[in-house]
Amino acid sequence: MKQKLTSILALLLLGVSFSVYASPAKDRSALIKHYKQILPDIKFQDYIYGALAMNPDAKSQYESFMEFPSYSIDLDKGKSMWETPFKNGKHFSSCFKHGGKKVAGNYPYFDNASGHVVTFENAINACLKKNGEDELKYGDSQMGLLTAYARSLSDGMKVNVKVKGKGALAAYEKGKEYYYKRNGQLNFSCASCHVQNAGKFIRSDQLSMMIGQASHWPEFRGGTDIVTLQKRFMQCQKNMRAKPLQADSEDYNDLEYFLTYMSNGLPMLTPVYRK
Amino acid sequence: MAEAMKMRATMEGDVVDVKVLIQHPMDTGLMKDKKTGKLIPAHFINQVVATLNGKTVIDAQWGVGIAQNPFIGFRIKGGKPGDKVAVNAVDNLGTKFDGEVVVA
Repeated sequence: MKQKLTSILALLLLGVSFSVYASPAKDRSALIKHYKQILPDIKFQDYIYGALAMNPDAKSQYESFMEFPSYSIDLDKGKSMWETPFKNGKHFSSCFKHGGKKVAGNYPYFDNASGHVVTFENAINACLKKNGEDELKYGDSQMGLLTAYARSLSDGMKVNVKVKGKGALAAYEKGKEYYYKRNGQLNFSCASCHVQNAGKFIRSDQLSMMIGQASHWPEFRGGTDIVTLQKRFMQCQKNMRAKPLQADSEDYNDLEYFLTYMSNGLPMLTPVYRK
Repeated sequence: MAEAMKMRATMEGDVVDVKVLIQHPMDTGLMKDKKTGKLIPAHFINQVVATLNGKTVIDAQWGVGIAQNPFIGFRIKGGKPGDKVAVNAVDNLGTKFDGEVVVA
Protein backbone atom coordinates (compact mmCIF):
# COMPACT_ATOMS: atom_id res chain seq x y z
CA MET A 1 0.00 0.00 0.00
CA LYS A 2 2.82 2.36 0.99
CA GLN A 3 4.68 1.49 -2.21
CA LYS A 4 1.55 2.22 -4.29
CA LEU A 5 1.12 5.62 -2.61
CA THR A 6 4.81 6.51 -3.16
CA SER A 7 4.63 5.53 -6.82
CA ILE A 8 1.43 7.58 -7.31
CA LEU A 9 3.13 10.53 -5.60
CA ALA A 10 6.20 10.07 -7.80
CA LEU A 11 4.01 10.06 -10.93
CA LEU A 12 2.22 13.22 -9.78
CA LEU A 13 5.52 15.01 -9.17
CA LEU A 14 6.78 13.86 -12.56
CA GLY A 15 3.61 15.18 -14.16
CA VAL A 16 4.08 18.58 -12.47
CA SER A 17 7.72 18.85 -13.50
CA PHE A 18 6.81 18.07 -17.12
CA SER A 19 4.25 20.86 -17.31
CA VAL A 20 6.70 23.37 -15.78
CA TYR A 21 9.23 22.49 -18.49
CA ALA A 22 7.78 24.60 -21.32
CA SER A 23 8.29 23.42 -24.85
CA PRO A 24 9.31 26.01 -27.44
CA ALA A 25 7.05 24.35 -29.97
CA LYS A 26 4.10 24.67 -27.60
CA ASP A 27 4.95 28.34 -26.91
CA ARG A 28 4.98 29.03 -30.63
CA SER A 29 1.66 27.29 -31.33
CA ALA A 30 0.07 29.14 -28.41
CA LEU A 31 1.26 32.48 -29.82
CA ILE A 32 0.05 31.68 -33.34
CA LYS A 33 -3.33 30.79 -31.86
CA HIS A 34 -3.32 34.08 -29.95
CA TYR A 35 -2.61 36.16 -33.07
CA LYS A 36 -5.26 34.24 -35.05
CA GLN A 37 -7.68 35.32 -32.34
CA ILE A 38 -6.79 39.02 -32.08
CA LEU A 39 -5.94 39.52 -35.78
CA PRO A 40 -8.23 37.06 -37.56
CA ASP A 41 -7.92 38.69 -40.98
CA ILE A 42 -4.14 38.43 -41.25
CA LYS A 43 -2.74 35.27 -42.84
CA PHE A 44 0.22 33.55 -41.17
CA GLN A 45 2.39 34.04 -44.27
CA ASP A 46 1.78 37.80 -44.07
CA TYR A 47 3.13 38.12 -40.52
CA ILE A 48 6.51 38.94 -42.09
CA TYR A 49 5.05 42.28 -43.17
CA GLY A 50 4.11 43.26 -39.62
CA ALA A 51 2.18 46.51 -39.53
CA LEU A 52 2.17 46.63 -43.36
CA ALA A 53 -0.07 43.54 -43.41
CA MET A 54 -2.68 45.55 -41.54
CA ASN A 55 -2.61 48.63 -43.78
CA PRO A 56 -3.15 48.08 -47.54
CA ASP A 57 -2.08 51.63 -48.45
CA ALA A 58 1.19 51.33 -46.54
CA LYS A 59 1.75 47.89 -48.08
CA SER A 60 1.35 49.19 -51.63
CA GLN A 61 3.77 52.04 -50.91
CA TYR A 62 6.23 49.49 -49.56
CA GLU A 63 5.88 47.32 -52.68
CA SER A 64 6.39 50.23 -55.01
CA PHE A 65 9.51 51.24 -53.07
CA MET A 66 10.87 47.68 -53.10
CA GLU A 67 10.61 47.52 -56.93
CA PHE A 68 13.60 49.83 -57.14
CA PRO A 69 14.84 50.56 -53.63
CA SER A 70 16.85 53.73 -53.19
CA TYR A 71 19.13 51.86 -50.77
CA SER A 72 20.49 49.71 -53.61
CA ILE A 73 23.60 51.90 -53.82
CA ASP A 74 24.28 51.33 -50.10
CA LEU A 75 23.58 47.63 -50.51
CA ASP A 76 26.28 47.49 -53.20
CA LYS A 77 28.75 48.53 -50.49
CA GLY A 78 27.72 45.46 -48.51
CA LYS A 79 28.14 43.32 -51.62
CA SER A 80 31.67 44.55 -52.20
CA MET A 81 32.51 43.93 -48.50
CA TRP A 82 31.32 40.34 -48.88
CA GLU A 83 33.14 39.77 -52.16
CA THR A 84 36.45 41.46 -51.34
CA PRO A 85 39.05 38.84 -50.36
CA PHE A 86 40.88 39.00 -47.03
CA LYS A 87 44.60 39.71 -46.90
CA ASN A 88 45.18 35.95 -46.99
CA GLY A 89 43.18 35.62 -50.21
CA LYS A 90 40.17 33.82 -48.72
CA HIS A 91 36.56 35.08 -48.83
CA PHE A 92 33.67 35.26 -46.37
CA SER A 93 31.99 32.51 -48.38
CA SER A 94 34.66 30.04 -47.19
CA CYS A 95 33.36 30.30 -43.61
CA PHE A 96 29.78 29.30 -44.38
CA LYS A 97 28.07 26.24 -45.81
CA HIS A 98 27.10 26.49 -49.49
CA GLY A 99 29.31 29.57 -49.71
CA GLY A 100 26.83 31.52 -47.56
CA LYS A 101 23.74 30.73 -49.65
CA LYS A 102 20.57 29.63 -47.82
CA VAL A 103 22.24 29.50 -44.39
CA ALA A 104 21.03 32.60 -42.51
CA GLY A 105 17.79 30.87 -41.52
CA ASN A 106 19.75 28.53 -39.26
CA TYR A 107 20.97 31.42 -37.11
CA PRO A 108 21.06 31.97 -34.21
CA TYR A 109 22.02 28.51 -32.99
CA PHE A 110 23.18 27.30 -29.60
CA ASP A 111 26.81 26.22 -29.52
CA ASN A 112 27.11 23.44 -26.93
CA ALA A 113 30.92 23.65 -26.92
CA SER A 114 31.04 27.30 -25.80
CA GLY A 115 27.67 27.28 -24.01
CA HIS A 116 26.49 30.42 -25.82
CA VAL A 117 24.08 31.48 -28.51
CA VAL A 118 25.85 32.20 -31.81
CA THR A 119 24.23 34.86 -34.00
CA PHE A 120 24.90 35.39 -37.72
CA GLU A 121 26.94 38.46 -36.81
CA ASN A 122 28.99 36.38 -34.34
CA ALA A 123 29.72 34.02 -37.23
CA ILE A 124 30.80 36.94 -39.45
CA ASN A 125 33.22 38.16 -36.79
CA ALA A 126 34.49 34.64 -36.13
CA CYS A 127 35.23 34.42 -39.85
CA LEU A 128 37.13 37.70 -39.76
CA LYS A 129 39.09 36.63 -36.70
CA LYS A 130 39.92 33.22 -38.21
CA ASN A 131 41.36 34.94 -41.27
CA GLY A 132 43.44 37.48 -39.39
CA GLU A 133 41.19 40.46 -40.05
CA ASP A 134 39.77 43.04 -37.61
CA GLU A 135 36.31 42.24 -36.30
CA LEU A 136 33.38 44.57 -36.99
CA LYS A 137 31.52 46.47 -34.30
CA TYR A 138 28.12 44.96 -33.52
CA GLY A 139 25.14 47.13 -34.41
CA ASP A 140 27.38 49.42 -36.46
CA SER A 141 26.57 50.46 -40.04
CA GLN A 142 29.50 48.48 -41.49
CA MET A 143 28.20 45.27 -39.91
CA GLY A 144 24.72 46.30 -41.02
CA LEU A 145 25.68 46.79 -44.67
CA LEU A 146 27.69 43.57 -44.81
CA THR A 147 24.97 41.44 -43.21
CA ALA A 148 22.30 43.19 -45.32
CA TYR A 149 24.00 41.68 -48.37
CA ALA A 150 25.21 38.44 -46.76
CA ARG A 151 21.76 37.55 -45.43
CA SER A 152 20.14 38.39 -48.77
CA LEU A 153 21.86 35.25 -50.09
CA SER A 154 19.34 33.33 -47.97
CA ASP A 155 16.24 35.10 -49.31
CA GLY A 156 13.27 32.78 -49.48
CA MET A 157 14.75 30.35 -46.97
CA LYS A 158 12.36 29.52 -44.15
CA VAL A 159 13.54 30.47 -40.66
CA ASN A 160 14.81 27.25 -39.16
CA VAL A 161 16.15 27.88 -35.66
CA LYS A 162 16.62 24.77 -33.53
CA VAL A 163 16.30 24.55 -29.75
CA LYS A 164 17.62 21.14 -28.73
CA GLY A 165 19.38 20.17 -25.55
CA LYS A 166 19.58 21.57 -22.05
CA GLY A 167 21.86 24.52 -22.83
CA ALA A 168 19.80 25.61 -25.83
CA LEU A 169 16.57 25.33 -23.91
CA ALA A 170 18.02 27.38 -21.03
CA ALA A 171 19.11 30.16 -23.44
CA TYR A 172 15.68 30.07 -25.11
CA GLU A 173 14.00 30.36 -21.72
CA LYS A 174 16.23 33.30 -20.77
CA GLY A 175 15.33 35.07 -24.00
CA LYS A 176 11.68 34.39 -23.39
CA GLU A 177 11.91 35.67 -19.83
CA TYR A 178 13.55 38.89 -21.06
CA TYR A 179 10.82 39.32 -23.65
CA TYR A 180 8.02 39.08 -21.12
CA LYS A 181 9.75 41.06 -18.37
CA ARG A 182 8.66 44.64 -17.77
CA ASN A 183 11.37 47.28 -17.53
CA GLY A 184 12.03 50.98 -17.84
CA GLN A 185 10.11 54.06 -16.77
CA LEU A 186 7.05 53.13 -18.81
CA ASN A 187 7.09 49.66 -17.26
CA PHE A 188 6.47 47.94 -20.59
CA SER A 189 7.71 44.55 -21.66
CA CYS A 190 8.20 43.65 -25.32
CA ALA A 191 5.05 41.56 -24.96
CA SER A 192 2.99 44.51 -23.67
CA CYS A 193 2.97 45.95 -27.19
CA HIS A 194 3.79 43.14 -29.59
CA VAL A 195 1.77 40.33 -28.03
CA GLN A 196 -1.05 41.88 -26.04
CA ASN A 197 -1.61 44.91 -28.23
CA ALA A 198 -0.49 43.91 -31.72
CA GLY A 199 -2.63 45.73 -34.25
CA LYS A 200 -3.32 48.68 -31.97
CA PHE A 201 -1.68 52.07 -32.41
CA ILE A 202 1.02 53.59 -30.26
CA ARG A 203 0.96 57.27 -31.20
CA SER A 204 0.98 57.07 -35.00
CA ASP A 205 2.55 53.65 -35.42
CA GLN A 206 0.68 50.39 -35.66
CA LEU A 207 2.17 47.63 -33.50
CA SER A 208 3.39 44.58 -35.39
CA MET A 209 2.89 41.03 -34.16
CA MET A 210 5.99 39.34 -32.72
CA ILE A 211 5.83 36.35 -35.04
CA GLY A 212 7.38 37.38 -38.33
CA GLN A 213 9.50 40.18 -36.88
CA ALA A 214 12.88 38.45 -36.87
CA SER A 215 12.84 37.23 -40.49
CA HIS A 216 13.81 40.46 -42.24
CA TRP A 217 16.83 42.09 -40.63
CA PRO A 218 18.80 44.27 -41.05
CA GLU A 219 16.44 46.94 -42.36
CA PHE A 220 16.91 50.23 -44.14
CA ARG A 221 14.71 52.42 -42.00
CA GLY A 222 13.45 55.43 -43.91
CA GLY A 223 15.21 53.89 -46.89
CA THR A 224 18.58 55.21 -45.75
CA ASP A 225 19.36 54.18 -42.17
CA ILE A 226 20.73 50.61 -41.91
CA VAL A 227 19.59 49.07 -38.62
CA THR A 228 20.42 45.58 -37.34
CA LEU A 229 17.97 43.62 -35.19
CA GLN A 230 19.87 44.26 -31.98
CA LYS A 231 20.26 47.93 -32.80
CA ARG A 232 16.48 47.97 -33.10
CA PHE A 233 16.22 46.40 -29.63
CA MET A 234 18.33 49.32 -28.35
CA GLN A 235 16.18 51.89 -30.20
CA CYS A 236 12.96 50.36 -28.93
CA GLN A 237 14.17 50.21 -25.34
CA LYS A 238 15.17 53.85 -25.55
CA ASN A 239 11.68 54.69 -26.83
CA MET A 240 10.23 52.81 -23.86
CA ARG A 241 12.47 54.85 -21.55
CA ALA A 242 14.43 51.76 -20.54
CA LYS A 243 18.21 51.57 -20.47
CA PRO A 244 19.33 49.81 -23.65
CA LEU A 245 21.88 47.00 -23.45
CA GLN A 246 24.89 46.64 -25.76
CA ALA A 247 24.63 44.81 -29.07
CA ASP A 248 26.02 41.26 -28.70
CA SER A 249 25.25 41.22 -24.96
CA GLU A 250 24.20 37.82 -23.61
CA ASP A 251 20.65 39.04 -22.95
CA TYR A 252 20.21 40.41 -26.47
CA ASN A 253 21.65 37.25 -28.02
CA ASP A 254 19.28 35.06 -25.99
CA LEU A 255 16.43 37.40 -26.94
CA GLU A 256 17.34 37.17 -30.64
CA TYR A 257 17.45 33.36 -30.25
CA PHE A 258 13.97 33.29 -28.74
CA LEU A 259 12.52 35.80 -31.23
CA THR A 260 13.96 34.12 -34.30
CA TYR A 261 12.74 30.70 -33.16
CA MET A 262 9.25 32.19 -32.92
CA SER A 263 9.44 33.15 -36.61
CA ASN A 264 10.27 29.60 -37.70
CA GLY A 265 8.59 28.55 -40.92
CA LEU A 266 8.38 32.05 -42.37
CA PRO A 267 10.39 33.05 -45.48
CA MET A 268 13.32 35.41 -45.04
CA LEU A 269 13.88 38.62 -47.02
CA THR A 270 16.84 40.93 -46.48
CA PRO A 271 17.15 43.88 -46.52
CA VAL A 272 13.75 45.54 -46.48
CA TYR A 273 12.38 49.06 -46.24
CA ARG A 274 10.52 50.27 -43.22
CA LYS A 275 9.49 53.85 -42.55
CA MET B 1 30.94 57.86 -63.96
CA ALA B 2 29.29 54.84 -65.47
CA GLU B 3 28.15 53.09 -62.30
CA ALA B 4 26.91 56.21 -60.55
CA MET B 5 23.43 56.04 -62.09
CA LYS B 6 20.91 53.21 -61.88
CA MET B 7 17.86 53.40 -64.11
CA ARG B 8 14.70 51.48 -64.82
CA ALA B 9 12.00 52.22 -67.38
CA THR B 10 8.89 50.06 -67.61
CA MET B 11 5.44 50.43 -69.13
CA GLU B 12 2.62 51.18 -66.69
CA GLY B 13 -0.44 50.97 -68.91
CA ASP B 14 0.26 53.43 -71.72
CA VAL B 15 2.71 55.53 -69.73
CA VAL B 16 6.45 54.94 -69.28
CA ASP B 17 7.39 54.78 -65.58
CA VAL B 18 11.02 55.79 -65.07
CA LYS B 19 12.98 55.41 -61.84
CA VAL B 20 16.48 56.84 -61.51
CA LEU B 21 18.93 56.58 -58.66
CA ILE B 22 22.07 58.73 -58.78
CA GLN B 23 25.04 58.21 -56.47
CA HIS B 24 26.10 61.64 -55.21
CA PRO B 25 27.02 63.14 -51.81
CA MET B 26 24.77 66.21 -52.33
CA ASP B 27 26.74 68.24 -49.77
CA THR B 28 24.96 71.47 -48.91
CA GLY B 29 28.07 73.42 -47.97
CA LEU B 30 26.65 74.08 -44.51
CA MET B 31 27.92 70.97 -42.71
CA LYS B 32 31.23 70.91 -40.86
CA ASP B 33 33.76 68.12 -40.97
CA LYS B 34 33.71 66.57 -37.49
CA LYS B 35 37.45 66.05 -37.41
CA THR B 36 38.81 69.29 -38.84
CA GLY B 37 35.96 71.62 -37.88
CA LYS B 38 36.03 73.12 -41.38
CA LEU B 39 33.00 73.51 -43.63
CA ILE B 40 32.52 70.74 -46.19
CA PRO B 41 32.20 72.62 -49.51
CA ALA B 42 28.93 72.47 -51.41
CA HIS B 43 28.86 69.65 -53.94
CA PHE B 44 25.44 68.92 -55.35
CA ILE B 45 23.69 68.18 -58.60
CA ASN B 46 22.09 71.37 -59.87
CA GLN B 47 20.67 70.32 -63.23
CA VAL B 48 18.87 67.22 -64.42
CA VAL B 49 17.65 66.78 -67.98
CA ALA B 50 15.65 63.72 -69.06
CA THR B 51 14.91 62.90 -72.68
CA LEU B 52 12.76 60.42 -74.57
CA ASN B 53 14.39 59.49 -77.88
CA GLY B 54 16.34 62.74 -77.71
CA LYS B 55 13.33 64.95 -76.96
CA THR B 56 13.52 66.75 -73.58
CA VAL B 57 10.77 65.72 -71.18
CA ILE B 58 12.22 67.03 -67.91
CA ASP B 59 14.53 69.98 -67.29
CA ALA B 60 15.03 70.39 -63.57
CA GLN B 61 17.12 72.74 -61.46
CA TRP B 62 17.99 71.11 -58.16
CA GLY B 63 19.14 72.80 -54.95
CA VAL B 64 20.67 71.80 -51.65
CA GLY B 65 17.36 70.53 -50.28
CA ILE B 66 17.74 67.24 -52.14
CA ALA B 67 19.31 64.49 -50.07
CA GLN B 68 22.30 62.23 -50.68
CA ASN B 69 22.00 59.59 -53.41
CA PRO B 70 18.97 61.28 -54.96
CA PHE B 71 16.11 59.31 -56.41
CA ILE B 72 13.86 60.70 -59.13
CA GLY B 73 10.80 58.93 -60.51
CA PHE B 74 8.63 60.21 -63.32
CA ARG B 75 6.14 59.13 -65.96
CA ILE B 76 6.25 59.95 -69.66
CA LYS B 77 3.12 59.96 -71.83
CA GLY B 78 3.46 58.62 -75.32
CA GLY B 79 6.42 56.32 -74.74
CA LYS B 80 6.50 52.69 -75.86
CA PRO B 81 8.75 49.66 -75.41
CA GLY B 82 12.05 50.05 -77.21
CA ASP B 83 12.22 53.82 -76.73
CA LYS B 84 15.39 55.27 -75.22
CA VAL B 85 15.18 57.27 -72.01
CA ALA B 86 18.30 59.25 -71.18
CA VAL B 87 19.07 61.22 -68.03
CA ASN B 88 21.91 63.74 -67.94
CA ALA B 89 22.83 65.41 -64.67
CA VAL B 90 25.44 68.06 -63.94
CA ASP B 91 26.69 69.14 -60.53
CA ASN B 92 27.95 72.51 -59.31
CA LEU B 93 31.56 71.46 -59.96
CA GLY B 94 30.75 70.67 -63.57
CA THR B 95 30.93 66.88 -63.26
CA LYS B 96 28.50 65.12 -65.57
CA PHE B 97 26.46 62.01 -64.84
CA ASP B 98 24.80 60.23 -67.74
CA GLY B 99 22.55 57.25 -67.94
CA GLU B 100 20.45 55.67 -70.62
CA VAL B 101 17.94 52.87 -70.55
CA VAL B 102 15.64 51.19 -73.05
CA VAL B 103 11.98 51.00 -72.10
CA ALA B 104 11.13 47.43 -71.19
